[in-house]
Amino acid sequence: MLELKEIYKTFNPNSPSEKKALNGLNLTLEQGDFVTIIGGNGAGKSTMLNAISGVWPIDSGEIIIDGVNVTKLPEHKRALYLGRVFQDPMTGTAADMEIEENLALAYRRGQSRGLRWGITQKERGEYKELLKTLDLGLETRLRAKVGLLSGGQRQALTLLMATLKKPKLLLLDEHTAALDPKTAAKVLELSDRIIAEHGLTALMVTHNMKDAIAHGNRLIMMSDGRIILDIKGEEKKKLTVEDLLQKFSAASGSEFVSDRALLG
Amino acid sequence: MNVMALMKALPGSVAQGLIWGLLAIGVYITYKVLDYADLTVDGSLCTGGAVAVMMMLGGYNPYIALICAAVAGMLAGLVTGVFHVAFGIPAILSGILTQLGLYSVNMRIMGKSNQAISVDKYNLILSLRDIPKAVMVSAICCAVVIIILYWFFGTELGRGIRATGNNENMSRAQGINTKVMKVIGLMISNGLVGVAGALYAQYQGNADVNMGRGAIVIGLAAVIIGGVLFGKIFHNFAFRLVGVIFGAILYFVVITIVLQLGLETTDLKLVSALIVAAFLAVPYLKGQHFVKNGKKGGKANA
Repeated sequence: MLELKEIYKTFNPNSPSEKKALNGLNLTLEQGDFVTIIGGNGAGKSTMLNAISGVWPIDSGEIIIDGVNVTKLPEHKRALYLGRVFQDPMTGTAADMEIEENLALAYRRGQSRGLRWGITQKERGEYKELLKTLDLGLETRLRAKVGLLSGGQRQALTLLMATLKKPKLLLLDEHTAALDPKTAAKVLELSDRIIAEHGLTALMVTHNMKDAIAHGNRLIMMSDGRIILDIKGEEKKKLTVEDLLQKFSAASGSEFVSDRALLG
Repeated sequence: MNVMALMKALPGSVAQGLIWGLLAIGVYITYKVLDYADLTVDGSLCTGGAVAVMMMLGGYNPYIALICAAVAGMLAGLVTGVFHVAFGIPAILSGILTQLGLYSVNMRIMGKSNQAISVDKYNLILSLRDIPKAVMVSAICCAVVIIILYWFFGTELGRGIRATGNNENMSRAQGINTKVMKVIGLMISNGLVGVAGALYAQYQGNADVNMGRGAIVIGLAAVIIGGVLFGKIFHNFAFRLVGVIFGAILYFVVITIVLQLGLETTDLKLVSALIVAAFLAVPYLKGQHFVKNGKKGGKANA
């Protein structure tokens, strides 16, 4: 479904702030894989997701989504294959536009946008039904501006937008990190449900080791721009936080540094 | 203040407000919808006027001249857009470069710095000699433009442009080509400015290479005054544009009053700059005050 081959990316090359963000990254995902990604700050987790999304070009390597080499495609063209939810609830939605307008924008992902009216009556009905499944009362507020919603509501809506047109790959970039614990749990549960319902292939970056263990069928750990640990199947099911910490120091030769990962 | 003279001058300010209202709608599209401070306006206004006047002097039908003025404005917007999205030149600088270059282009179009066109010899769409007609014609133009834009910004393409101005990251994630959207927005905006230039040149009876100097500030004044005074009442997109037109009319009424108070026409640029600065400062200062008092309220994303 997804193949990352020998990906390198250096920010600010040949300058004092040079940062080798991706260092020969390799990863292959099977159809239906739900992979959680952990790693310390600067390990390259978000950078990997941004490389897949095409936020900037990579230095070398190949990115193949469902057999299509997208390495050279601009971000908006890759959107055809990807659903994305970001850490900041503000990033995933257009605040000054209505809930139904945001959904209508997402509904047309990967289509050419012409002079047809931007939203149809039939869609509105569908949106209402879908919003009902969120159980946030948004189905009665189709015409409300998204800017009026809470962070949790916006993330739930972004999740819905990301999966409205079934993506080949769903990218969740710490999408619950900016939410309070209760809301975060709710959004995570919703993510699980949507991924299971549509049988999506997904990558979820998280700072929370417990979440990384509890969700998905596969867990990868990153350090210094590459994958140092890849746990799947039965092994993943039996995994504990202690195991993970041990494996991390064994694999990287250092202690896991992020307090946020332990306490979160 | 001479009230009689003021009353006599007011219909003229309304006509001017309506004509400049078209320019203000153009500014609204870049400044508010696209979130792009486009300074091309100062040059493209004259380009529209120059093209229209030269074509009419050459015997063309005034409506064909009007359409060509719109196309000329759109080309100016295209240039700014390409500077920005294809060559990575910052938004403001791209507009300044186009505006500067347009000075030479406008001189080439006109052959000299001022080209007069007499309402006695040519069949003009409007003129300050017949103010009631000028008010009516420009009001119709504004109405037609608002209706078309209301439709356009409801289409898939139009919503893509609005989304681009609202949240570029999200737009790209939803497969919107934000570069193309910006260029289209700039073209529509400057096309309208070209039309405003064509009408204004006819209104005053000449196209002048300096007619666009400070036009962006007048456009911004109209957008901001319209937003501050009518933003609370008008939520619908079409009505917001009507608010912008009202803003432009109010601006010219204020200017007329200021002139009656004894200021020189050359003082007007300073007055315009101060009006815009004041209206821009108010929301900022209010915001600062709000943050100081609201800090204890906690995060907004609970």
